[in-house]
Amino acid sequence: MNPVQLLDIDGELRPHPDWPLDVTPGLCRDFYRRMRLARQFDQEAQTLQRQGELGLWVQSLGQEAAQVGSVTAMRSTDYVFPSYREHAAALCRGITPAELLIQWRGNRHSGWDPDRYRFHIYTLVLAAQLPHATGYAMGVQRDGADEVVLAYFGDGASSEGDANEAFNWAAAADVPLLFFCQNNQWAISTPVRTQMRAPLHQRARGFGLDAHVVDGNDVLAVHAVTSGVAQRLRAGMGPAFIEALTYRIAGHSTSDDPGRYRTDSELDSWRARDPIGRLKRLLDKQGWADKAFHTEVDEECRTLAATARSVCRDLPLSDFSAVFDTVMAEPTSLLAGQRRQYLEFVDSFED
Amino acid sequence: MPVLTLSNAINTGLRRVLEDHPKSIVMGQDVGSLGGVFRVTNGLQKDFGTDRVIDTPLAESSIVGTAIGLALRGYRPVCEIQFDGFVYPAFNQIVSQLAKIRARSDGRLCLPVVIRIPVGGGIGAVEHHSESNEAYFTHTAGLRVVCCSNPLDGHWMLRQAASGSDPVIFYEPKRRYWDKAEVSESAGTERVLPLHKARIVRAGSDLTLLTYGGMVQTCLQAAEAAVEDGRSIEVIDIRSLSPLDLETITASVEKTGRCVVVHEAPVFGGFGAEIGSAVTERVFYRLLAPVLRVGGFDTPYPPAKFEDQYLPDLDRVLDAVDRSFAW
Ligand SMILES: Cc1ncc(C[n+]2csc(CCOP(=O)(O)OP(=O)(O)O)c2C)c(N)n1
Ligand SMILES: [Mg+2]
Repeated sequence: MNPVQLLDIDGELRPHPDWPLDVTPGLCRDFYRRMRLARQFDQEAQTLQRQGELGLWVQSLGQEAAQVGSVTAMRSTDYVFPSYREHAAALCRGITPAELLIQWRGNRHSGWDPDRYRFHIYTLVLAAQLPHATGYAMGVQRDGADEVVLAYFGDGASSEGDANEAFNWAAAADVPLLFFCQNNQWAISTPVRTQMRAPLHQRARGFGLDAHVVDGNDVLAVHAVTSGVAQRLRAGMGPAFIEALTYRIAGHSTSDDPGRYRTDSELDSWRARDPIGRLKRLLDKQGWADKAFHTEVDEECRTLAATARSVCRDLPLSDFSAVFDTVMAEPTSLLAGQRRQYLEFVDSFED
Repeated sequence: MPVLTLSNAINTGLRRVLEDHPKSIVMGQDVGSLGGVFRVTNGLQKDFGTDRVIDTPLAESSIVGTAIGLALRGYRPVCEIQFDGFVYPAFNQIVSQLAKIRARSDGRLCLPVVIRIPVGGGIGAVEHHSESNEAYFTHTAGLRVVCCSNPLDGHWMLRQAASGSDPVIFYEPKRRYWDKAEVSESAGTERVLPLHKARIVRAGSDLTLLTYGGMVQTCLQAAEAAVEDGRSIEVIDIRSLSPLDLETITASVEKTGRCVVVHEAPVFGGFGAEIGSAVTERVFYRLLAPVLRVGGFDTPYPPAKFEDQYLPDLDRVLDAVDRSFAW
């Protein structure tokens, strides 16, 4: 099965009979802008980590099309379960730089209200969010709500038992859930071939999922396929699976040293398929973006970077005693006692 | 004698295991070309090949389950779990299979499997990367549970753990990975203790601090600081949580009459409770104060910016020492 592609690396449109998309200049400019902003933000966060302002950062660099193309194909009422690298998708949902950065600065475990954005908190334990998404979709099914659920995960995470159990149950229970795998070729230092023999979309089909594979660096293809699949989901045609072929251009995280396990030539071959460069070629060729547009996007990027820098340094840090308050919905004597002891202990140093 | 970091000392320990036991296998996520996220397996795949140093798929349950299968076939797997918080997907395989197959097979089968787990906090990590989950495993019959605290022990305890016939949960305090010390690779020095023996790391007469892993250094500092108050504190690095060297522990508490247990893990239902009861049961009449416990709070491990408040530090240990003396 060839990955669906609507825009080739030279920026030529390649309409696909099965995946129609009304490719308007406005749509392309919107994607371009969103991807540029996501990249700028990611770059700024990386820099902030290097300056010691963040404890860790995991870059979304190179995966902008997979995320922007898919999340914009959902309705704002559709609940999304991200993994931990979905910053581009998060920005599209309106999550703010401060909300995104606070977790990585180490001030809190998560920064945004998941209900408000219909975007779950990040899950760092691989694949654990996939059964959650299945259960959430079961709830949607029971409620008879006009919603579908989107769950992101990586190629590596697909090896976990939780992932495969979720694929199975979601299919068996026929829930309105779209599994979206960003196959970025690597799980830290482990290449896809070490994880699996059969391609993911093929495995998904074995579970009974409506599975597709798409060029994950082609935002138009990702958007077309995700929109089409979401429509089928809404029509009650059963859970689906999209494998987006993309590449983790950066290291796994700011702690990683990818030079130890992968070659420059591989990196170069994927840089040539860069999602933003490709869309820019389309805009240029078609004359769909004038100078004013580019100036505006550049300016917006600069503003976003400046915002990220300034909010990061001012991120609020609550008192440690607040840690005791979020553990349980109803207070317990154990936690109340420890909170008190902690405060007394701190006080004992003050006089 | 070479001076090695804890990470390097375990690395050379693994090398010796691979050399000494032709059936030993190192396996885990990213242990190959990357050499593990803490570089503990650095260079092993290059030197011993991909058959003996295996990059596994991202599936902890399978890492342990498959190691059990390899062990049933006569191999001696040494598994790496990348971080403490990621051992839980393997919990079922560890608790219901690894720990029980010997008893379930009427003693016919044995499983020489080591599970290495970088443990604890202090490195400013994101969630699930700083946990202390030893009590889950000490509560499981059929497992040996040990925790090294320094390079020499890291090297030797690993070699000992990998040479036995039982499953061993092998904890490595990640904040000590970069600590350096002399490590002799040849046996026979008196510094090398049997795997399940506790070590008196500082002799003293007034109070016993019982600890392990990342907290050993903290307790040593506390003991030094207490000298100012005229207190002579004995510090014991327990090293082996299960089985527990109660002989060394009770001898010390009998002598000092006071005992404080320190660990990073939450106190409630934690391993300190076991030590406290065991000590109380044995030397009740010698105790001048109840056994006190110092540990993490009963909250999930907090965001990195709070770990200094969460983890026991010099002040919290000394506070417990004061409370013991004030009893
Ligand atoms: C259960 C579990 N095991 C191990 C890890 C450590 N870990 C974090 S990310 C990662 C690689 C994930 O690869 P993939 O799923 O492909 O996602 P990517 O990082 O490429 O986006 C590993 C091994 C973890 N977070 N959770
Ligand atoms: Mg990946």
